[in-house]
Amino acid sequence: MLGEIFQYDFFRRALVAGTFLSCAAALLGLFLILRKDAMMGHGLTHIAFAGVALALLFNLAPFPVALLISALAAFLILKVRERAGLYGDTAIAILSSLGMALGIILASLSNHFNVTLLSFLFGNILAVSHFELYSSVALALIVIVSIVLFYHELLYTTFDEESARAGGLPVGFFDALLAVLTAITVVIGMKIVGLLLVSALLVIPAAAALQVSPSFRVCVFLAALFGIASTLFGIISAWIFNLPASGAIVLCAGIIFSFCFLWRHLRAS
Amino acid sequence: MRSLIEVKNLFFWYGNRLVLEDITFSVNQGDYLAILGPNGSGKSTLLKCILGLLKPQKGEIRLFGQPIEKFTEKWRLGYVPQRATALVDPVFPLAVEEVVAFGLLPKKKFPRFITKKDHEKIVSALRKMEMEGFLSRRMSQLSGGQQQRVFIARALVSEPDILILDEPTTGIDAAAQERFYDLLGELNQKGLTIVIVTHDIGIVNKHVKQVACLNRRLVYHGTHEEFCSSPRLLQIIGDHHLVIHRH
Repeated sequence: MLGEIFQYDFFRRALVAGTFLSCAAALLGLFLILRKDAMMGHGLTHIAFAGVALALLFNLAPFPVALLISALAAFLILKVRERAGLYGDTAIAILSSLGMALGIILASLSNHFNVTLLSFLFGNILAVSHFELYSSVALALIVIVSIVLFYHELLYTTFDEESARAGGLPVGFFDALLAVLTAITVVIGMKIVGLLLVSALLVIPAAAALQVSPSFRVCVFLAALFGIASTLFGIISAWIFNLPASGAIVLCAGIIFSFCFLWRHLRAS
Repeated sequence: MRSLIEVKNLFFWYGNRLVLEDITFSVNQGDYLAILGPNGSGKSTLLKCILGLLKPQKGEIRLFGQPIEKFTEKWRLGYVPQRATALVDPVFPLAVEEVVAFGLLPKKKFPRFITKKDHEKIVSALRKMEMEGFLSRRMSQLSGGQQQRVFIARALVSEPDILILDEPTTGIDAAAQERFYDLLGELNQKGLTIVIVTHDIGIVNKHVKQVACLNRRLVYHGTHEEFCSSPRLLQIIGDHHLVIHRH
């Protein structure tokens, strides 16, 4: 039965898109968690919702509009945080609430509070088209390659921003890079696991890896592995048990986190 | 002697509050300068101006003869920030080697990958700090004193001309502080210029060559011997803080 499902083109597309997304999200999530910015992804999903609603209102493609709006919002979050003297999560809370409010108003104006909009909220990985597959893989590759190229700089600015700045590294650029990469990941994820659950892929595999890793290098490897494993097991179990794929993926990530949490505590005791 | 840092008529305000007023001094090659002052005296602000982290509203800073705005070789200033050990979070799984590698990044060009040669530099910097045996150890498993030595190794790995430390012994026990300052003294004897900001004159005066006293204005800047024999300065600092044990 398991071998049979791999013969379906749509299933293979789902696996490829999910693998790339979960890898990119897990790598990014590590930096977000360690910067105490884990809610950044969650906040941007609300703003991406406004982007999707705007695109549907004007009959535009949701992907580029949501990407543009989310990337702009990511910059805005950084600026509000810097200028308004607020904690990071307050800026995220303000902008994400505004994004959701705008999304609801736009959706009601366009009478598009329908299946299309709901598919972006809950995702449908098994309905990923060829175009969505290629664009998701391309965007995920941008995220992964950026993290690999700027790995040490991102790590340094995450650990000790002041010293990195004193050393002449462009800290503002790396903050903006992380914010934009998060926006990209959210937009890829909205079709695959849905806006409501994409932040789980950013946070849970990375949090699981942080429970059990002796060094950051191992942590990077494990976060990517846990992210990919969650997606693959999630899709396969969704197929076998006839469950929604997005929910199954996130539950698998939760199970992996629970094992890592228990393993850490058993080892400590 | 070559002047590495020159500060001229420097003023700095936080909003309406004047924090630094007309500061002028210089640091020459081979100096070991301690900048002393009570909490809120502007010590850390002065250091941040020198490092380019804060922009003074008035005055001039020159690094290695160049105006700070044009100075690009930031790696020539090794920096150990205040409460560096507080950066070590048990959740953050950083190994000693990874922390020291950060010090190489400002000197490198994109893409900043760590090479085999860089690895040798990391080991050498840790050896100077007697920490080479801890290369793969997780930072959170080290004591406060050991962590502080790793941060100095990070500052030294790019082979800087000056080492700048901001209240480096906060949270470190007395025995580790003693050893820590001895290591700084040894580095200075080998030719490294050191600038240290602290309120802890009792320990620092064991090795320092120059002392600057700051309390918004530069109250004093001179040699350690003059500083210790000045009755006016004893009044300012309080003679109970002065435990002279210079060798």
